[in-house]
Amino acid sequence: MIMVNLLGLALIALIVWWFWLYQRHTYMSPTTEVTIDLADGVYHPDVIQVKANSTVKLKFLRTDPSPCSEILQIPSLNYSQQLNLDQITEVTIEDIPRGDHPFHCQMKMYNGLLQAV
Amino acid sequence: MKSMQLSVKGASCASCVKKIETALINTNGVSSAQMNFADRTVSVEGVASPESLIKAIEAIGYKASLNAAQSNHLFEQEQQDQKYYNLLIRKTYIALALGVPLMLYGVLGGNMQVSTDLDRIVWLVIGLLTLMVMVYSGRHFYLGAWKSFVHHSANMDTLIALGTGTSWLYSMAIVIAPTIFPEMAKHVYFEATAMILGLLNLGLALELRARGKTSQAIKRLIGLQPKTATVIRHNESLEINIEDVVAGDRVKVRPGEKVAVDGIVVEGSSFVDESMLTGEPIPINKEVDDEVVAGTINKSGMIIFKALRVGKDTALARIIELVKQAQNSKPSIGRLADVISSYFVPTVMIIAILSALLWLNFGPEPVVVYAVISATTVLIIACPCALGLATPMSVMVGVGKAAESGVLIRNGEALQTSSKITTMVVDKTGTITEGMPKMTDFIVVNGMAREMALQLAASLESSSEHPLAEAIVTTAKAQGIKLVDINGFTSITGLGVKGGCDDKKLLLGNHRLMSEQQIDVSAHQETVQALASQAKTVMYFAINGEMAALIAVADPVKDDSKSALSRLQGDGIRIVMLTGDNPQTAKAVADSVGISEYLAEVLPEDKADKVRMLQAQGEVVGMTGDGINDAPALALADVGFAIGSGTDIAMESADVTLMRSSLHGLADAIAISKATLRNIKQNLFAAFIYNIAGIPVAAGLLYPFSGILLSPVIAGAAMAFSSLTVVSNANRLRLFKPMD
Repeated sequence: MIMVNLLGLALIALIVWWFWLYQRHTYMSPTTEVTIDLADGVYHPDVIQVKANSTVKLKFLRTDPSPCSEILQIPSLNYSQQLNLDQITEVTIEDIPRGDHPFHCQMKMYNGLLQAV
Repeated sequence: MKSMQLSVKGASCASCVKKIETALINTNGVSSAQMNFADRTVSVEGVASPESLIKAIEAIGYKASLNAAQSNHLFEQEQQDQKYYNLLIRKTYIALALGVPLMLYGVLGGNMQVSTDLDRIVWLVIGLLTLMVMVYSGRHFYLGAWKSFVHHSANMDTLIALGTGTSWLYSMAIVIAPTIFPEMAKHVYFEATAMILGLLNLGLALELRARGKTSQAIKRLIGLQPKTATVIRHNESLEINIEDVVAGDRVKVRPGEKVAVDGIVVEGSSFVDESMLTGEPIPINKEVDDEVVAGTINKSGMIIFKALRVGKDTALARIIELVKQAQNSKPSIGRLADVISSYFVPTVMIIAILSALLWLNFGPEPVVVYAVISATTVLIIACPCALGLATPMSVMVGVGKAAESGVLIRNGEALQTSSKITTMVVDKTGTITEGMPKMTDFIVVNGMAREMALQLAASLESSSEHPLAEAIVTTAKAQGIKLVDINGFTSITGLGVKGGCDDKKLLLGNHRLMSEQQIDVSAHQETVQALASQAKTVMYFAINGEMAALIAVADPVKDDSKSALSRLQGDGIRIVMLTGDNPQTAKAVADSVGISEYLAEVLPEDKADKVRMLQAQGEVVGMTGDGINDAPALALADVGFAIGSGTDIAMESADVTLMRSSLHGLADAIAISKATLRNIKQNLFAAFIYNIAGIPVAAGLLYPFSGILLSPVIAGAAMAFSSLTVVSNANRLRLFKPMD
């Protein structure tokens, strides 16, 4: 029983590490234009680094038909946009302020991060 | 130069891009062509016709069509939604076709245990059938869960995959190796897996349907845009696509047709129905030099107008964009739900593990069964979607509903603050009153014929540029009176005007003018005082040195200002009127609309001070004005309402824009805001109940006291219908009538 309990606690620790503590791989954009796939419940790439104070063009290609994925929000930039299915929706951010700008769906189930450095 | 977008079919490799671009650039009239391979569209700039572009692409072996306009996008979206809905329903049928008979078998006392070799074979077959159901009906959940997992994030799919996966794996373990489980723990749960998948797909399908209805307002707005327009080019009428109309085109609108783009009337006159944009039910008369707005309907005569704004610059396109943006924004009330949503799924997974451990350590036999049931049920009942949808769904419907009533709400925050307003500061001129002086009284004296007196007075004033003179002339013309020639017209600064007509000497002006000309007006002072007390400016009209008429001019109070302000007062909102006018006029207007608090002779900058002062008193202040000279006060107020300015820049800067000039728009805006906030609260309550109460019950909190432990199937139904509950509740807002 002790083993089972330890296994359970280890699983909890794993969940905490995997979902909250792990540093996700960052996609460094070589240009100011990034195409982001929205498929099967995730944005890919989901962590994007761009140059601060520049104009950034994000092109979202949504192929995930789930209604959860249809709205994109970037709260720190006060931005929201409907993403049409099977189409590219361009999001242009002029003079992006330095810092982290999380983006997500309306329910915050699909998450991504735009880092302006 | 115009820009066009074409959809291309048959482009399967990157080299096609160069080929297509080259073919287009070599076409006459094309200045640039850029293809987007990802969405197979090509943007073309130049003066070439769409037909020539399509021909050029087809000549090199591809298919092309002019890219759909906004309304067609919407149609495509609807078609895709329908396709996805059908798929979800098919998945539901397949899952329930296995789940329902199995569940009925168990409920009716069938053997769900694996006791004999025959049981093992039968359940193995059922287990494999369940696996097939999982692959067909649950593939999207498992794929989503896996993709999320490798991206170090978790969503609803994660919970579903873990919940259904656990119950299937546990059941298969019993079938494959029954000996390692105690006798009491050999119960299989294949029916739960199939039922949960069926119910979740059904919930998603119904949610998709309900969601479609939440965006009906925007669909209706987009639907206002006509697809074609009749333009006059080189003296010829041509029916062309709306995208091809350019600024400067002369556009013909026949009775019953919609105005295609924004413009100014250059020929003809008609009544135009603007109710779809402003909520104003009465058609507006449009004559030469009047502006017409895209999406409105020409009701009577034919008009020709010059296009001023086309495409995304029309007022309608800007309204659609504004409404879309506002619909997707969130008020702060949803912030807590947002924070919870971010940590929700991993937290639920931890709770599920803790719950299983508690059952394993302290639960009754068979502990394994209880541990698996509680963990599965916790995973399945938790619904992050309901939590996440609670606020945005209501905002979407509320903002759309407001737009239908001619109220443009800029964002979710403005919606929330509008519902909390305690004091409304209202500008007088143009807000409570019409904003344009009108002749209100023409009282003939000394037995003078009214029509003749008015004709002479208006004819005399037609040479004057004074605003009060304009009011008299406009009224006379509106009454069908023809003006006559005046000779010897003279304007006497600060006093009035004089002139002659045939043998008549005409004099029109104030009391001082009459005194100077020794015309006795003492007999009329009682009438003059009565008119002045009603905020009217009184002028005297004399013919041949004898009083002929008293003329009163005023900026009349709008017909419905009083009833609209009473609605606000009925809601417990304090009304304060501000005006730059004199105290007597201010009092008269305030009295006529039932306002007890007013300030007269207030300069525009002082209006902002008044707003600041009210805020310092702890009031949540709304400010209503015309959006131009009231700008500082509008910006300073907690919510700024720009009235009757749907087509100008105020729309972009005000928190709320009232498209019609009636103050009922203001009362409607507040009523809709309150109803939306109420709806959000109901949704948040429902979402929290589903999760806050549901999760502990699923974990077995009630078991020690009442022996109640939720079945995973019930949890599946709860999860499926929790999202549906909030979306359906939000849809109730569509039926809300602000005037009730």
